[in-house]
Amino acid sequence: MPGDWLYIGLFLLIVAIFPGVPILIAAFLAPRKPHPLKNQTYECGIETHGDTWVQFKAQYYIFALVFLVFDVELVFLFPWAVAFNQLSLFGVAAGVIFVLILFVELMIAWRKGLLEWV
Amino acid sequence: MNDFLEFVKDPVNGIANWIFGLLTGWGMAPDLAGGLLKLVGAGVMCLFGLMLVIVLIWLERKLYARIQDRLGPNRVGWWGILQTFPDMVKIFTKEYITPKGADIVPYNLAPILAVSGVLAVWAVLPLSSTIYGADLNVGVLYIVGVGAIGSLGIILAGWASNNKYALVGAFRAVSQMVSYEVPMVLALLVPVLLARTMGVNSIVHAQSVWFILVAPLAALMFMLTSQAEVGRAPFDLLEAESEIVAGFQVEYSGLKFGMFFVGEFLHAFTISLLTATLFLGGWRGPWAQEWPILGVFYLFLKAAAVYFLVVLMRIALPRFRIDQMLNFNWKVLTPLALVVLMVTALVEKILFDANITLQSAPLGYVLVHLAINALIFAGYLWLALSNQKQREIPVVGKPRPTAVPPKP
Repeated sequence: MPGDWLYIGLFLLIVAIFPGVPILIAAFLAPRKPHPLKNQTYECGIETHGDTWVQFKAQYYIFALVFLVFDVELVFLFPWAVAFNQLSLFGVAAGVIFVLILFVELMIAWRKGLLEWV
Repeated sequence: MNDFLEFVKDPVNGIANWIFGLLTGWGMAPDLAGGLLKLVGAGVMCLFGLMLVIVLIWLERKLYARIQDRLGPNRVGWWGILQTFPDMVKIFTKEYITPKGADIVPYNLAPILAVSGVLAVWAVLPLSSTIYGADLNVGVLYIVGVGAIGSLGIILAGWASNNKYALVGAFRAVSQMVSYEVPMVLALLVPVLLARTMGVNSIVHAQSVWFILVAPLAALMFMLTSQAEVGRAPFDLLEAESEIVAGFQVEYSGLKFGMFFVGEFLHAFTISLLTATLFLGGWRGPWAQEWPILGVFYLFLKAAAVYFLVVLMRIALPRFRIDQMLNFNWKVLTPLALVVLMVTALVEKILFDANITLQSAPLGYVLVHLAINALIFAGYLWLALSNQKQREIPVVGKPRPTAVPPKP
């Protein structure tokens, strides 16, 4: 098992290096002729107006909240699924009720109109 | 002769053992030699993944062309198979244009992350019964965790480009990839539950019957949602050319732009590999246990079949609108995935208590699960169809007069 994690560590290292090296090589091969006009932001033909990093109306921030609830819940469900054989029928039912509560939550969110794109 | 047969059965481990023997024979510590071997193995695996993209690009262009009644690349090499190499030479010699005011560090980091997030999944993929990198006991969690890095790269790219279209693309990427992660992980839970393990190789070992027969709905949902995670048509909202120029990659040029494409193609094939591994029995097949090299062949055959479906979906379907995309996720896939998970868990436990498992009574087990899946799907269809609102099409203005031939 420690050997496996060593492999994962080495793999992640290599995975970070492998796409980076061609990009570096291409930086030497490619011509470099910057020009103020060329380096302008490419939007729709006219010059860009104002700051890009402005406050942005994110219509789906409520989706992000719903997502957070689900993602945290999913982490709890993985060990439940792995320990399935050792659980009694009651244990499985407890997990199912846990999911059911989330299902009802989703239905409430839907009913309240939180899942509508506005 | 016998040694040769052993070598043909499993060349990868044969070479690895030979190198290991050679290194320890030179007096290297076995731990160091093992670590070095792991490094080489990881390098070969990554290189294999990246080289595969060259074939994939050609394959997809050819498929694309055939379905659209064209010929596709057909000049360089046999059937245009070498077309990707001149393209690579061209893209290597293209200038990098960095836009004014871009945030340099995330701007340059994004293309690397987009590829590495996908490639990292390959670390836990079992290519065959003996050829695998790491057999983690939390393999599925690792796949989910690492898969998020790719979307991080896309978000960084859109944010750092100092371009409003790129920013819109990044926001769309956030909503899409974050949303589709929920049903994807729920669908992934089903094979974990059926196999009682999170190790990817153990899931393959548990599939004496392919899980697509036991959990067809989960397999379908996994395929659809991972297609959305890749961000290709019909879910290519984050780079919708006709709406937001090219989305998150507007400001990229040269090989940095190319790296996003490499990441996309590799991701599409990686999800095919994952679907094949988790639902289609992975490397399992006739004689795959005795001849590990055959397992690689089976796995890639199955993955190619899934990949064909993925490409077909990309070609045949038009792009979703963003509200349709979110509705499809939150109002169709997520409730369905939750119901499938709950019902599967209960049925599985009842069957297990009645001592009907995949090993003891495969036919009854599969039939019960298939029937339950069919019931859920039928119930869903009935609910959806009965609640469907009849949309009235408003009539605007009167019908125009049409030309009437004069009466004789």
